[in-house]
Amino acid sequence: MAEKISQETVVKVSRLARLSLTSDEAEKMTSQLAGMLEHFRDIDALDLADVEPMTQPYPLKNVLRKDVEAPSLDRQEVLGQAPATESGRFRVPPTIGFDV
Amino acid sequence: MSDVAALPNGWQLIVGLEVHVELATKTKMFSASANRFGDEPNTNIDPVTLGLPGALPVLNQHAIELAMRIGLALNCKVQPCTFHRKNYFYPDLPKAYQITQYDHPLNVDGHLMLPGDVRIGIERAHLEEDTGKSTHFGGSSGRIHGSDYSLIDFNRAGVPLVEIVSRPDIRTSEQARQYVAELRSILLAVGASDAKMEEGSMRCDVNVSVHKPGTPFGTRCEIKNVNSIRSVGRAIDYESRRQVDLIESGGTIRQETRHWDDSTGRTETLRTKEDADDYRYFLEPDLVPLIPDPEWIEAVRAALPILPAARRLALAELCGVDKDGESALVVVERGQDDYVGAVISAGGDPRRSIIYVQQAFAEQGATPKVPAKDLAALTILERDAKVTSTQAKTLLTDLIDAGGGDVLAMAAKRGFETLDTSAVEEMVDAAIAAEPGAWQKYCNGEDKALGALVGAVMKSSKGKADGKVITALLQSKKNS
Amino acid sequence: MQKLVEIASGVSNGSLSASAVVEQHLARIDVRESEIHAFNLVTADQARLDAAKVDADVKSGKKVGALAGVPIAVKDNMCTRGVETTCSSKILQGWKPPYDATVVTKLRAAGAIIIGKTNLDEFAMGSSTENSAFGPTKNPHDISRVPGGSSGGSAAAVAAGFAAASLGSDTGGSIRQPAALCGVVGVKPTYGVVSRYGLVAFASSLDQIGPFTCDVRDAATLLEVISGHDPLDSTSIPQPAPSLVSVLEHGVAGMRIGRVTDLPEGCEADVLERLESAFDALRNAGATIVDIKLPSIQYCLTAYYLIAPAEASSNLARYDGVRYGNRVDAADLNSMYAATREAGFGEEVKRRIMLGTYALSAGYYDAYYGKALKVRRLISDDFARAYQSVDTILTPTSPSVAFEFGSKTDNPLAMYLCDVFTIPTNLAGHPAMSVPFGTGAHSMPVGVQVLAPTLGEQAMFKVAAELERAS
Repeated sequence: MAEKISQETVVKVSRLARLSLTSDEAEKMTSQLAGMLEHFRDIDALDLADVEPMTQPYPLKNVLRKDVEAPSLDRQEVLGQAPATESGRFRVPPTIGFDV
Repeated sequence: MSDVAALPNGWQLIVGLEVHVELATKTKMFSASANRFGDEPNTNIDPVTLGLPGALPVLNQHAIELAMRIGLALNCKVQPCTFHRKNYFYPDLPKAYQITQYDHPLNVDGHLMLPGDVRIGIERAHLEEDTGKSTHFGGSSGRIHGSDYSLIDFNRAGVPLVEIVSRPDIRTSEQARQYVAELRSILLAVGASDAKMEEGSMRCDVNVSVHKPGTPFGTRCEIKNVNSIRSVGRAIDYESRRQVDLIESGGTIRQETRHWDDSTGRTETLRTKEDADDYRYFLEPDLVPLIPDPEWIEAVRAALPILPAARRLALAELCGVDKDGESALVVVERGQDDYVGAVISAGGDPRRSIIYVQQAFAEQGATPKVPAKDLAALTILERDAKVTSTQAKTLLTDLIDAGGGDVLAMAAKRGFETLDTSAVEEMVDAAIAAEPGAWQKYCNGEDKALGALVGAVMKSSKGKADGKVITALLQSKKNS
Repeated sequence: MQKLVEIASGVSNGSLSASAVVEQHLARIDVRESEIHAFNLVTADQARLDAAKVDADVKSGKKVGALAGVPIAVKDNMCTRGVETTCSSKILQGWKPPYDATVVTKLRAAGAIIIGKTNLDEFAMGSSTENSAFGPTKNPHDISRVPGGSSGGSAAAVAAGFAAASLGSDTGGSIRQPAALCGVVGVKPTYGVVSRYGLVAFASSLDQIGPFTCDVRDAATLLEVISGHDPLDSTSIPQPAPSLVSVLEHGVAGMRIGRVTDLPEGCEADVLERLESAFDALRNAGATIVDIKLPSIQYCLTAYYLIAPAEASSNLARYDGVRYGNRVDAADLNSMYAATREAGFGEEVKRRIMLGTYALSAGYYDAYYGKALKVRRLISDDFARAYQSVDTILTPTSPSVAFEFGSKTDNPLAMYLCDVFTIPTNLAGHPAMSVPFGTGAHSMPVGVQVLAPTLGEQAMFKVAAELERAS
């Protein structure tokens, strides 16, 4: 398993997750995560080389749906729950940089 | 549009294309709201499309069918596949992750043939969902940089996409344009998409790098916002020169995404967030594996139409033209090759049949209104010199306007009868006698003098002599 | 307190008035809810309207559903159209979904009266309901103690008689543990038996919805109503609802019940005593007790606390203030995201998002998430081996009776240990249920857990019914 988690890594991860931690929070988070990850080292004792990962509890496949239209949600009901809207659309502050 | 001259100083261009195609399904990839372009904003929405809490995706069967058609038409292997989440934050991405395919895509290892039998490898053609659409307001140029706000419409969110990734086998900007054009015609032929770049149902990202042969490929840049086939070529031409110039002046190419600006004809760095995004791909737990059974795959394969390349080849062989040439390309693109075949079956002259259709049938669509036998009859008239080329053009217009008819009767009505060869020969002899100077010049090798002689015969025949016949007679007299 | 089955039959045959039943429950809510805080929202007006309609239908001879007139509470992480659904989080405070979860649709179709939305640990992350952004729920048996979590409100609502039954969700034990702590029946079905459509996702490959009830028969009845294939959920098992009520009287003669000899440490003596007593009861009823080992069980906590936060970090990324929920404005988009999520999420939620994001991030995937998925396979294989020699397994549900408020909030890992006996079945996707079986320390309820293999609900309910008869 990887090295002990650093506060620098915690800050980087918080940016990935769009969480803005205060420096106190980052410090506390680092120590808590480090403690947890230390505890989780127990699985390092296992030999997992030949083990298939399990991603599905129940083995289903080919679940498909027919291409038949269903009515849309009511725009007013939906936009009524939105933080900010304009001309039938959701309004957000600008991104810095180009549109991708 | 001419191909740019090869890069200077032995540099070689390496291009790969990633083309995103919106599939022509009725509903979205993972939910049942409508897949329709042009509706009022946010009127084709549902919990899945909006990424509402508690929403769950369910795969659209028809999207799989269309994706298989694409894969098979590109000679791919269709295989059992899974879906992954690609996690990143952007306002037009409602769940803050895109459901896509990662290490087990539906279609792999295909290829596409370009004119000149150039083979471009297709690495994969996988399924994913489209994002919503952001429009930016405020900033002076209309680009986001410095603008005040953005408005998001989620009608497009969740529309089924196939992403087709080529291998970096493309070597010229012309090939890149041909690739996009050919891909487009395949997509239309199999009915997978309307592939309209101007509406965004087909989008190209272009990967460009340069290297000297015998050395490893260079660092590549991805170019976005390339919105037409023409722009594909222009963007590649600009970017490849930019890279060569940068390297030759001692710089290094930074691996990055660049934005093509069609109005300035340049690519520019896309200033993204401080950290490059780590997409944290993991298997989508809300979906289950897709294992298309062999019967289904075979049924899709069997139902594929004859693809454009094969149609061009068949047409070229039938008409004696170049399979990579303009007439084959245009006629097949319009879907008029079956019609040309019908004209030839009705006795039409093969070469003339294809040329008439190419030149005059742009408005006619896939089922021209001129009965094949009528067009066939016209080609024979011209072939047998019963009408001149000019007269044939007129009759062609007449046929189109009338939606068919008896060409012989039409020719008679117009007073078109060509003179037979002996009558023309008399007129040729008379013209030689009347224009000894021109005749002398022509016999001495001044081909320009030919025009005067032909013109004289045409005049005296009141246009009833066929120009080709006149020329042939003059030539044979000169040579005898 | 009336049972679900009694209310349903009484209402449908006209001997009970749905309106009167609702009033009784609302009256109890009036008396004790301010103390217990089981609900985020009591939907009294609508409940009265719904009850009146049921009564009118019965009077006019219309056919009514299997749950007609039964007041049921719904955990506030299940979408109820037009009714606030908060997941006990500030980020969704005030949000009214434009659609119903499938289970809610089924409840309504069965004529149930939805009496309110219950409190939970924020986004279902917790084992005590202390992580709710709107204040904790108290255990009706002792208000200085937690009701368990994350479905603490749903468990308390049934224990306090506020509802005849309730729905909760279980990702690592969030139905079974509160059921044990509150002295009610709580069931987590086989993964895929109950639709997740409309359940606000925490960990997609682990979440399941299930019932809280006063007794086993009520649980069987309610589970039958909410189960069954849903085309809106791709992970929904393509089978109809199981038939459970019909097996409740079958007894356990001839059944083999597994006793796990390598259970993780940390179970309190009073709980272990109740478990032994449960084994005795089953033995007396004709079952055979078989010792089994589940060698990978000690690694379950680690696997769970890597898989669940990883999936959660992705599932909770949609709370970005763009389309719904509460936004904190800022000059640019990324600042808006960060400010919104900082203000909207509580500490435990942030911690799990961070852990999950880290476990999935480039360079760490194989060491954490990738490994955890393999450990999951080992546990699943252990169970498969065990179920070759037994039909069901019996374990404690919770290592202790309900603990006092604040006693585990300083140490997240200590809190996580509450789930040590429940987590394995979520990882394997198996059904399990907690049945009250006497009391332990401080006279608090103790629950024992019955585990069964995939789609083994019938065997599970047979054992549960027997335990109930003996308790």
